[in-house]
Amino acid sequence: MADDSGIKVNSEVKDGAVIISPEGDVDLSRSPVLRNSLRQAQNAKPKRLIVDLGLVDYMDSSGVATLVEALQIARRNNTRMVLCAMKDRVRSIFEIARLDTVFTIAGSRDAAMTV
Amino acid sequence: MSERCMTAPQVTSNPAPDLKLQMISDPVYLSGAREMDASVSRRLGFNEEACGQIALAVDEALCNVIRHGYERRRDGPIWLSVWPIPGENGQTGTAAGIRIVVEDEAKQVDPAQIKSRDLEEIRPGGLGVHIIRQVMDEVSFEKRDTIGMRLTLVKRKPKDGTQSCCGSDNCSNAGGA
Repeated sequence: MADDSGIKVNSEVKDGAVIISPEGDVDLSRSPVLRNSLRQAQNAKPKRLIVDLGLVDYMDSSGVATLVEALQIARRNNTRMVLCAMKDRVRSIFEIARLDTVFTIAGSRDAAMTV
Repeated sequence: MSERCMTAPQVTSNPAPDLKLQMISDPVYLSGAREMDASVSRRLGFNEEACGQIALAVDEALCNVIRHGYERRRDGPIWLSVWPIPGENGQTGTAAGIRIVVEDEAKQVDPAQIKSRDLEEIRPGGLGVHIIRQVMDEVSFEKRDTIGMRLTLVKRKPKDGTQSCCGSDNCSNAGGA
């Protein structure tokens, strides 16, 4: 069995917001790592959860599904969840899936702190 | 990528593919498969957006085989075959499009039952087929003769030279490799 743990997910807290920043491609082999990081961050029921996708070059529907699941949990917890800094080719999959209007999407991390 | 002895399928009614990849149903190999498809598409003259769309469609197709066909078993065989669609002068570099066939030995399902979920329903999963149909020009699922499924994907270059639209009403770009 091959090793599929090749994704880095950074986590930090700033002004009461939890910021999750995955790096690299988020596909079927790697989305479980992002899912675990999001679940861990959401256990504390933060007021704001920011997912900074600025270092994600590629995302498939498994990555999108991971974020939809996190959004559902955030809504239950009254957490404001914001995606930010998406590259065009990552944003396109949200558009194809018609989820670009479901998520709150900010251009930058700073904007995600206030939107 | 597997060294085990498996009998590669012959795709009916097509000549031998220009390129054929055999892999096992381990998600770790998805990146290699989509990068191969994006790279070949680029050499066939597709623009970057279209290359990203083709790679995304192949990735989603392989994910479906792994998740639903093999139910996440990591040792099932998958074959990816590629043919250029000849252009007017018959040269590969000026191909009119690309045909990609994904075959497996997973459980068979009625092609009529392979549908995308209602996009109005916001829930995780069920988007793969929708994405494939949005970014490719032709999508055809069929049962193989004895075991497994065959998915044929076709992407053509537009005759006017523009290659940006994925068919979605509001899509502005494409998935990348």
